[in-house]
This record gives sequence, structure tokens and C-alpha cells, in this order.
Amino acid sequence: MLKFFISALALIWIGFQPNPDPKAIALTNARLVTVTNGVIENATLLIRDGKIAALGKAVVIPSGATIIDCAGKSVYPGMIDGGSQLGLLEVNSLPETVDHDELGNITPQMQALTAVNPNSELIPVTRVNGVLVSLAVPTGGMFPGTAALIRLHGYTPEQMYAGFKGVAMNFPNTGRMGGFDRRTDEEITKTAQKALEDLNQLWQQAQEYHRIQTAFASGNHPKAPEYVPEMAALQPVIKGEWPLLIEVNTAKDIEAALTWIKARNVKAVLTGVREGWRVADKIATAGVSVIAGSVFSFPTRASDRYDRGYANPALMHKAGVKVALRSEANENARNLPFFAGYAAAYGLGKDQALKAVTIIPAEILGVSDRLGSLETGKEATLFIANGDPFEPKTQISHLFIAGRTIKIESRQTRLYEEFLNRNPGFDK
Amino acid sequence: MKLNFLLIALFFWSFEASHAQDKGNLLIRNGTILTVTKGTLEGSDLLITNGKIAKIGKNLTAPTGYQTIDASGRYVMPGIIDAHSHIAVDAVNEATSPVTAEVQIRDVLNPLDISIYRALAGGTTISHAMHGSANAIGGQCQTIKHRYGVKLPEALVMEGAPRTIKFALGENPTRVHGRGSGVNPSTRMGVEYVIRDAFERGKRYMNEWEAYKKNQIGPPPAYNLRSEVIADILKGNILIHAHSYRADEILMLMQVLKDYGVKKVTFQHANEAFKVAPELAAFGATASVFADWWAYKMEVYYSTAYNASILTKNGVRTSINSDSADFIRHLNLEAAKTQKYGGMSDDEALAMITINPAAQLGIEQRTGSIEVGKDADIAIFNVHPLSIYAINQMTIVDGVVRFDREADPDDMRLSVRPDGPVEAAELSTESHDRCMQGVDWLMEESATTLGAKIFHQHKY
Repeated sequence: MLKFFISALALIWIGFQPNPDPKAIALTNARLVTVTNGVIENATLLIRDGKIAALGKAVVIPSGATIIDCAGKSVYPGMIDGGSQLGLLEVNSLPETVDHDELGNITPQMQALTAVNPNSELIPVTRVNGVLVSLAVPTGGMFPGTAALIRLHGYTPEQMYAGFKGVAMNFPNTGRMGGFDRRTDEEITKTAQKALEDLNQLWQQAQEYHRIQTAFASGNHPKAPEYVPEMAALQPVIKGEWPLLIEVNTAKDIEAALTWIKARNVKAVLTGVREGWRVADKIATAGVSVIAGSVFSFPTRASDRYDRGYANPALMHKAGVKVALRSEANENARNLPFFAGYAAAYGLGKDQALKAVTIIPAEILGVSDRLGSLETGKEATLFIANGDPFEPKTQISHLFIAGRTIKIESRQTRLYEEFLNRNPGFDK
Repeated sequence: MKLNFLLIALFFWSFEASHAQDKGNLLIRNGTILTVTKGTLEGSDLLITNGKIAKIGKNLTAPTGYQTIDASGRYVMPGIIDAHSHIAVDAVNEATSPVTAEVQIRDVLNPLDISIYRALAGGTTISHAMHGSANAIGGQCQTIKHRYGVKLPEALVMEGAPRTIKFALGENPTRVHGRGSGVNPSTRMGVEYVIRDAFERGKRYMNEWEAYKKNQIGPPPAYNLRSEVIADILKGNILIHAHSYRADEILMLMQVLKDYGVKKVTFQHANEAFKVAPELAAFGATASVFADWWAYKMEVYYSTAYNASILTKNGVRTSINSDSADFIRHLNLEAAKTQKYGGMSDDEALAMITINPAAQLGIEQRTGSIEVGKDADIAIFNVHPLSIYAINQMTIVDGVVRFDREADPDDMRLSVRPDGPVEAAELSTESHDRCMQGVDWLMEESATTLGAKIFHQHKY
């Protein structure tokens, strides 16, 4: 009956449609939350060839297109998680299933994309909440590896790859790592100082490697640089092709990192930045973008107001810093919309919070030509919801990743279906 | 001289003691009252006398001396109750034996813990301060009220709350004792045996004492505190809260309890409780679960965020807990997740952080809903507490305002040395689950590599 109705509807259009397209999908009567161009009420969004082919109030629907009536519903661009280990681990307590933490202190050559498991049960659990793109970040030493942006659908890592790579770095840290960190203050300072010396030396070597390589390439040096995989992996950063993702959290360390970046003219993004609110003006002045760590982080000092973690993105934004959010939550990266909602409530505002999980991470990671908003020509990586996606009550009814229809299903929903009324059951 | 000192000490002691008994008089005006058990009342007032809810209605007047709070446009709900927490304690695990029923959380309460204030800021007024999960029978827990501001540990205790005890099944006790120390249990069989063994010894101990008291023949049986506590469990005087994840171990404990005639049990975490919801309902057991936490270890891999909804729809009384100094700050959001996962109604969702945990702690006659005669433990939100945009404005414990967002100073610590240095930044990213805190040898590995790890580690 429904099919008949759709066909009938399509027939009406045939007269106007020179190019029938059975693969096109039209989202009609929708409230389009474009993020970059405001909200368009009662509009149509056309998906074709994996992209947003058209959107607005006067979209011509090709004959044969599948029509999804979105009356009473809104369409949003897929949320982008600015950083977690989703895809790189399955069960955190089982080392055999954890692939984000390689041995060694300087290992930028370790490729997160290689270790992404497209069949992880964690991935469908995440995407059914509208988080459709995620930055997979290796963890470990000073240079844990190269992070990769992935779409949360694909059968191979390459199919999932969303066009951004960046070298992750842990800036020498003078913060205490919680109750189990039993180092004295002096030990912490010394370790950080030593780490900074090592870092500076390493950076010099990487620059030297670059000079040798450039000279060799232009015939001004007789030999190619020696085989040093660590150095080779840092070259895209040295050349300014990729940003360095600098994890830094305490106020003092953030300032040190800004100085370090400036002195070396490094293209960088600060990540974590838990005490960003303390030095927000300085980050803004430096013009460095931030992927803020979990909104549910504790205040870093017992003397801080209880809500500093919630308010950190807002306080940085108000100072003029470009702020994206990340979940840090791995198996619960699905909570990104709730983190964004908290950031919104504690000063960021709904519109800005939505940007912080869509267009801003897309811009920071250099993929805003493809992702992060509803615009003609961008990837159709989007979802349909019956309300504000940050509200827990809201339900998502449809998902598209690069134009592919993704079922609203995960092992968690399947368990629900099986066990709500255990079926097949037992009488006793 | 000595006398003077004693007098001064006595003065401070009495001051503190009276502080603990602080009961407020308040009129909360014109709010939307979410009673949880008796529906929602628009534009209504709440009169609080001597720490108790005295009247609920419209246009109530405050007797002289009452503070009036304008709740126009705001949502007034019962103080949030967390049935599983480890805040305000200085020790969690006595991991020296698989059975340590004799130890008590009440002995290690820390009223200065800043986590109490942060929990209070999120509207949580009562928590169940629990032992960890290293031992099959871990020790007696303590239901506390978040009277942040008091300095005596005892002042946190919720007077009259029933005794509770922590049990633990599955991976943690088998790891600590079996694989860690080479004693039972190292398997789920061993966990069952350890609990049955303790119960049997407790039962014999109880019978020996009863026989002795009746007959007064011979010397009395040797006193044993551990067996005393087990005997109290068997008599039904202590509520069991059992750390558990898998369906099979949940069934196991219910069978053991059935064999010993113990009727009251709450399964904590219980990520797989949904698989045996009909069995739980038939037993009359309850569950206290996470909203969505999973996959941090093998026994929570086959989880679903729909757990709480499946349990509720199958007639199992269910609460949402924190087990975390982080989550205890936003349990209203955790409850709201049950609306996403399984479509719980507002009252069903709110019950999971109010009246249901109250029932599991045996305090539902006194707390967990807004009803005349109950303790005046209240949270006031700017918008509906199940909205993501809800910000708690004020938290009231026994009629005393313990948190007021507007009047909240920047530094809320209770113990500060004025001449001390500014404390160093601490980047602890919540140990989501402190159930294994204090089991040092297990922590060493993570401590050495922690310096480089910024992201969450859910080792337990």
C-alpha cells in the first residue's frame, strides 16, 4: 500500500522529471538544521550518489526516488567526535582487544587507521545516537601515533577513512594524574622538564631530517636521509601539511605549549585543554583551535567551582577560541550529544554546541568541504530525529553515512528485542 | 587547665553534634512539584518544618522565622538517591580475605571529601557508601546524607537507615583472591562455595548461640564478629547489595539466598539482569544498574542500555546508580537515558533515582518522594530534570539548604590551610568504578603508565 502510494506520488512528478533516479532518496517535509545556513522549515533534502544533491523548499524530486516523509522531524548533519579510541578497542580490560597504545615513547609512525576494526560492536552502538564520524586517536608516549578520522560505517578501514590524519602528541605534563600518581611535586616537574628537552631535541632532528630530504630531492645533497621511521612519520607535520594534535591540560602547560608552537611555527590543534578556561585569552590570542576534552571531567582543583568542567568549552568560546568537543568515551562515545547538551546548558548555547560537534571539528580537521553541515555537494552523512538530538528523550529514526542507509540497530537494540519479553521463552 | 580544655572540647563537640542534627524550616513557593509517587503538581508550595515535609498545597503561608524560596518556573523534585557510591570514604576494599563481613564503611567516612559537594550540586542528597568488590562478602556499607559542611564523620550517617552489606560475584573476587592470592575463589564455582561456606558457618554459629542462650549449659561459644554479621544477614537484619554482572551469577546468588531463607537482595551493576528479569521478579529481587556503561571488561560486554527498561517492564524494581564521583553529579541525566532506551515515562525515570533506590536501601518510608511526613530532601531545577539542559539550582537536606547555585562561592572546600600553596592541577579522569580501589597490586601497572594516558581508563 505504502509502495503503491510512493509510486503514485512518483508518477505525479514524472512530467517534471527528465532524469529518473531510483537510487535517489528524498527527505521531504523536513526541518533542515543546516548548521551553517540556519534552519529551513518544511523543506526537502535530496540524497544522490552519496551526497546532498539539493536542499531547500524548491527541490525537484527525481522520479523513482525513495521518499521519506519527515513531517514533524528534523534533519541534522552527523555529529563528529573530536577524539576517542573508538574503533581501536573492544573490551578495555582485555589487552588482546586494545590496539591504541603501542610500546615506545616516540612512535608517530603507528597508524590508528590500520588498527580500526570495522566490525567492532561498539561502532553501531555509537552511530545509532547520531555520532557518525569519529577521530581515532592512539594513546601512549610523547608521540603515540597518527590519528585518523573515520566514518562509523564501512567494511574496511579505507572505506571508513574520512580524509584527515594528524600526529598525536602528549605535551610534557606537569599535572598530577590522579590519586594513583604517587610522584612528588619535584619528580613531576623533573619528568616534565626532561620530556621537554627530549621533545625539543627530537623536533630539531625532525627538522634536520626535513632539510636533508629537501636538499637530496633538489640535488643539493648526495644522500637520502637514513631510514628513521619516526622522523619520516613526523614530516607531514614539519612541512605543515598535517596539524599536530597536542594533548595538553594544565594552565601552565597550555601556556608552555603555545610558546612552543609559536617558536617552531607548528600548525597545531590543542586537545584536552581541561584548564583552558584559566588561560582562554591566551589561547584566543595565539589563534590556536581546541578540541576540548570531556565536558564531564572533574574540575582540576578541589578549589574550583563544581561546574568548571561543564563550562570550560563555553568559557573558551566566549574568549574567542574555536572549540570543538570530543567524547573521550570509547565504548560510550554515543554520549557525545549529551556532553554537547551540558556544554550548551553551561554557557555555550544550543547553536554553538551543535557547531562544536559538527562544523567546527570538520573545520579544525580540514574536512568542512565534505562534512559538518547540510549543504549541497557535501557528503550525505546525516540523521533524522524527532527533536533536539541533545535531549535524551529524542529518538533517531533514520541514518545515512555517505548516502548509505544505515539500520537503527546495534547488539544493544537486538538484546532489547530478544529479552523484553523473552522470546522464544519457557513456560516455567 | 585540663578541665578548661575538656570544656572547650565539649563545647565544640556539642556544636558539631547539633550541627549534625540541623533541621530546617522553609517554604518553597510556586514550583512545579514532581512528587514522583503522587503525580506532578503545578504552581504548588512545600512547607518544611523541622526538616520534614509538613504541607503540600497552594498558597501556603510561612510561619514567622521560615525562609521562603521562590520556585516560580522551577521544578522541585525529591533529592536524588544513589544506591551505589564510593564518595566520602577513605578506604574501599579490605582485600585480605574473600569474606570480610566484619568491616564497616562507617569507620572510614570522610565528610571533607569535595565529591560530596559536587554530588550535592547535582541534586544528590543521599548515597549508599559502599565497600568495593574485591571480596565475595565485602563488608557493611553506610547510607549517608550529603550534609556538606559538617566536619564529624558520624554527622554524615543517615540515622535509622537499615544496615546493608556488599557482596561481589564474578571477575573481581576471582581475580583478587584466586588469581591474585591463590585462595578460593578463582572461578564462579568458587564464589558460590565461599558464600555458602560463610553462610553455613554463620548459621551454625547462630544456632550454637541460640542453644547456649536457651540452655545456659557449658561455656559460651567463642565470639566471632564475622559470624555475628553473617548471622544478622540470615536473620534478615542486613540488606544484601551484590556486585554482579552476568545472568548466571545472579541466578546462583538467588538460589543460595533461597536455600538460607534470605529474602532481600539488590543486584548492583547487574548488566545482564535483563536476561533473567522474570526470575528476578519471581524472587522479589531488585536491581541497581548503570544507565549505559558497558564493555570496560568482559563480563559487561553483552550489555544493553535497555537493561533498566527491560527490568522495569518485567516488574523488577530498578534504580540507576553512579558508582562514580562523576556520575553522581548528574544522575538525572542517567535516569533520562532510560527514556531514550526503552521509553520510560517521566515518573518511571525519576523513580529510578529517587523512590526505587530508597526502597533498595530500606528508607522509602522516609525519603525518595515528596510526601507529607517525609524528610525534606529536595532538589530544585531550572527546567525539567530529565532535560539535558537542566541545571540544579538548590539542594536541600533535612530542610537545610546545603547547595545554592547563586550563592555558591568559588572555593567550597571545608579544610584549607590559608598559608598553604595553591593545590596542583589534578588530571584524574574518573575511575568510573572505584569498586577495586585499594587493591594496590592491581593498580601498580596502571599507575606506572598513567603519566602518558589522558583518556579514561575503565579497568574495573
